[in-house]
Amino acid sequence: MRRLKVFKRLVIDSLDVMTHGSKKYHLWMALLTFIMLIGMYCYSIQLEEGLSVTGMTDRVSWGLYISNFTFLVGVAAAAVMLVMPTYVLKDIDFKQAVLIGEGLAVAALIMCLAFVVADMGGPSVLWHMIPGIGVFNFPNSMLTWDVIVLNGYLFLNITIPFYILFRHYQGKESKKSVYIPGAILSVFWAVGIHLVTAFLYQGLQARPFWNNALLGPRFLASAFAAGPALIILVLAIIRTYTAFKIEDKTLKKIAMVVTVAAQVNLIMLISELFKEFYAPTHHSESAYYLFFGLDGKTALLPWIWTAISMNVLATVILTFHKLRNNFKILFFACFLLFVAIWIEKGFGLIVPGFIPGPYGKIAEYTPTGIEIGVTIGIWAMGAFVFTILARTAIKIETGELRYKKKA
Amino acid sequence: MSDTNKKWFSLNLNSKHKQTSGSCGCGKTSGGCNSHKPKNEELNEQEFFDAAVDASIGEERRKDGFDQVFDVKMSRRSAFKKLTASLLIGAGAVNTSCSFIAGDETKEKAQIDWEEQFKGNYKLMNNDEKKATVDRLVRSYQLRTGKTISMSSQNAEEDVLFGYAFNISKCQGYMDCVNACVEENNQDRSSQMQYIRIHEMKDGKGFNFNEADDNYYHEVPAEGHFYMGTQCFHCDNPPCVDVCPVQATWREDDGLVVIDYDWCVGCRYCMAACPYDGRRFNWSKPEVPENEINKNQHYLGNRLRKKGVMEKCTFCVQRSRKGKNPACVEACPTGARIFGNLLDPNSTIRWVLENKKVFRLKEDLGTEPKFWYFMD
Repeated sequence: MRRLKVFKRLVIDSLDVMTHGSKKYHLWMALLTFIMLIGMYCYSIQLEEGLSVTGMTDRVSWGLYISNFTFLVGVAAAAVMLVMPTYVLKDIDFKQAVLIGEGLAVAALIMCLAFVVADMGGPSVLWHMIPGIGVFNFPNSMLTWDVIVLNGYLFLNITIPFYILFRHYQGKESKKSVYIPGAILSVFWAVGIHLVTAFLYQGLQARPFWNNALLGPRFLASAFAAGPALIILVLAIIRTYTAFKIEDKTLKKIAMVVTVAAQVNLIMLISELFKEFYAPTHHSESAYYLFFGLDGKTALLPWIWTAISMNVLATVILTFHKLRNNFKILFFACFLLFVAIWIEKGFGLIVPGFIPGPYGKIAEYTPTGIEIGVTIGIWAMGAFVFTILARTAIKIETGELRYKKKA
Repeated sequence: MSDTNKKWFSLNLNSKHKQTSGSCGCGKTSGGCNSHKPKNEELNEQEFFDAAVDASIGEERRKDGFDQVFDVKMSRRSAFKKLTASLLIGAGAVNTSCSFIAGDETKEKAQIDWEEQFKGNYKLMNNDEKKATVDRLVRSYQLRTGKTISMSSQNAEEDVLFGYAFNISKCQGYMDCVNACVEENNQDRSSQMQYIRIHEMKDGKGFNFNEADDNYYHEVPAEGHFYMGTQCFHCDNPPCVDVCPVQATWREDDGLVVIDYDWCVGCRYCMAACPYDGRRFNWSKPEVPENEINKNQHYLGNRLRKKGVMEKCTFCVQRSRKGKNPACVEACPTGARIFGNLLDPNSTIRWVLENKKVFRLKEDLGTEPKFWYFMD
């Protein structure tokens, strides 16, 4: 009973925290709300007219939505790079950052689910996918695996931080015996979500561009580069605008993770390029389209070369200790890396899978305004969710928000 | 419901000889369902069509106001149907029971919509449930448009496995198959959806799909070219079936790979998984002009689709399960297309497989298509 009472108080207190703040905070939230409303408007048009308002066709049947979904699964999985050192290896330096990382994972997962729903032709019959009520094609369909791992990971990333914050809210220490098993589970689970998402594509013999054994590992490497890079940027912002203390040491350690992952990612990229272009086969055509264009169709060329050069530049910067330890340069490199991998693991991966088509047809894909509107709206929703979560967590962690503290 | 030979629901309004007097498929004995025209036996198809157009307003000429709703004789079946309908719980039922002003038909429509929204997967239905959903869809169409369609839920027959062969030497690229397919299967006219693609290839280049044109608009046969058609190959090991998260697509016992349009969630994973470009998606609401709708339908085949679901070639399940050839085979002027039962040793398709040098596309993928190519 007491717990319920505390919980009720926590909800009221955090609502209070969410709705009160500086002018900048209100402006930020108003901006996000505005973008979300635009996104909802675009989505309402899509619901009314059907997916024909997007740039997708029978030739390229997945586009911006699934690209962003794929990328964001990686961002969500990256939280593990903070969870593992903190809870499992007991590295104190990560402790401050871990709650933020988990909040980011929650926001990323919610965005993932939103992107999948936005991509569905029949959102009104989505209950067909709920195990027990609908028909769940498990274990045959990798998509059902993905439903399980994503929702499971979302559950883990909500419950563990919630338990810790709930204890801190009451001024108590959290019990290790309660959250450590969950934390260890979430480490494996994080690898699982990204590997399963890679298998979604990797398992299709129809699409040679995806059907290669390196896809899964490369997903992991790029995720562990892009995700922590985003975490560094977010921590930098939080450290500037709030009272939340984040040591330089913490940022430097995360930067180390980013560096190693980016290097591994680059090695894998070279391996992939070598395989596609040293002895090109019929199956290399998608890669040719992506990197050089086919038949004068070159829509992805500027994107992928921007991504590759940003990727290489960022990795080189991160590799040198001197450059990496300079925070301004570090943030710049993280930004480059994040954008580069968003392009590369987003539409740089999804779109060429469909081009050329099964019979060699080259039909290009360009997203429409409505599609972009929905996409930006979902990103705004992610930022909104994260802001709320982070704000509450920070207030509790800094001790401003305590059970029965204020009158 | 007079024809006892058939195990599936059929109104048979288009066929002259099977029409009997008495009750009609919708269960009403009087003219309430608009499908009853006393002179139906003498009508040919065109006349019937005109009569059907007239049907919805014709009713109101004879009856007016109160009578339209209440002057309806009820058979035991329809009375029972109404009774069960009113006993059902849920929002649809609440909606139905709460609206005192709404007419009989509005209530029935709401009831049908409700039951259709929350029905199960066709693959897992027993024969009674299959018949029930087909009945609902026919009735729903009747309520909406005043016209009657015939929809079948005929199951696969035993000892039948459908296969297809394509004679590359004979095909001249006339595309009669494509047009026949579009008409037979009620495909969306506005997006010009086509299940069949005819690839125009250059002589001397072999089967080079990269240089082939599957969207030509010129006189055929074009000099120095040969033609090859592709469609859904009804693989025996279909990748599209494995990947569907909700089992909305599956392989029937007679080898047809089919889709339950009402169960599909529209994720398009099957489309990504198909190596043969065999699947199509309804990007917007499919449109078929009312007078072009093929009213002889099958639940798994050419019934009208909605937006946001997958569809594909079914080897014209509505025809093939009645022992007829698919529309493309019938329409082909050159005889390039051969269809039949692979388990029947005397069938033409078996003769082709045994006597011609046949091959299949992308055999290395292990999908085992039931669609063979050969040359004279």
